[in-house]
Amino acid sequence: MLDVKAGDEQSFALLLQRYRSPLVNFIYRMVRNREQAEDLAQEVFLRVYRARADYVPSAKFTTWLFRIATNLALNSVRDNRHQRMELSLDAPMNADSEDGDERPLDVADKHPDIEQHLVEEARRKMIRHAIDKLPEKQRAAVLLHKYQELDYNEIAKILECSESALKSLLFRAYEALRVELAPLVAQGVK
Amino acid sequence: MSCERMENRILPYVDGRLKVSEQREVEKHLAGCAACRVRVSEFRAVSGLLEELPQIEPSGAFDARVRARVAAEPVKQSWWAWLAPSPRVAFAASMLLLATIWIGSRPTDRAPAGPPIDEAQIVNDMPVLENYDVLSNFEPLTDLPQPVKADDGNDASDPNQQM
Repeated sequence: MLDVKAGDEQSFALLLQRYRSPLVNFIYRMVRNREQAEDLAQEVFLRVYRARADYVPSAKFTTWLFRIATNLALNSVRDNRHQRMELSLDAPMNADSEDGDERPLDVADKHPDIEQHLVEEARRKMIRHAIDKLPEKQRAAVLLHKYQELDYNEIAKILECSESALKSLLFRAYEALRVELAPLVAQGVK
Repeated sequence: MSCERMENRILPYVDGRLKVSEQREVEKHLAGCAACRVRVSEFRAVSGLLEELPQIEPSGAFDARVRARVAAEPVKQSWWAWLAPSPRVAFAASMLLLATIWIGSRPTDRAPAGPPIDEAQIVNDMPVLENYDVLSNFEPLTDLPQPVKADDGNDASDPNQQM
């Protein structure tokens, strides 16, 4: 980032290459809309570019980057909350595969074991649904913890809370997931 | 360690992110607490389930869109850049300054607007001038000696010269 600050365009391209996938995935799992996730991830990079001159390396770059991403995603989730509620009430059962990360099941699918595929599909849907049901901050904490593998300290800085509060937040989130995913959890524990 | 204190340690324990000393403490508690052991294995199962979600790939146009948005950004000027005005602004400012100086330096010989002033009337209205007339004719003051002129060296009435 310091090279980007110094005006090195090539370094900005490297940042883009390094972080585009983690950012898009994180935001996608927050907002559950692929197009919106890409727009927001682009906005994150734009903000990084705009702020390059004033960048002070007081914290890790990833902490700063994901703080921007988290704030944008949380704002977007809050803005779309009512709209999403209406959509989920009217949506068909496989509505959460609408954004293209999962293809809708095709009868003519050449999958070798269609029953197995259906089972996997149902599991993923349930997991996604359980994550979606978490309060926004808990969801962000789980996603940053599980998929970005950031330190507790970093996640706490991103979510602007203490490390102890973060651990408590994550505990509540995992408790909610444990309850929501009880049938799958029971299979896993056996 | 109590079950309550375990709350903030179960997940770090499942992640393997506890210090060795903390890990020993947790394991000691787990050895005697069936409820926390169940919770640990359930949290492990939840963590495993979360790994089942596939990753998505950003679209092929993602980088190009970011670059286009970056390219559309206005060029940010530093504060010092404000001190270097454009030639047009500098020319206009110079002209304005010259015009101000020229107008300021013009003689103000124009008569003030309004009715003509009756000077005799002003004199009559000034009591100080009236007092001057009285004082100039005041007899005791006429008896005072006249002031000696410094450049009056050839005066015939000089007593030293008579000697």
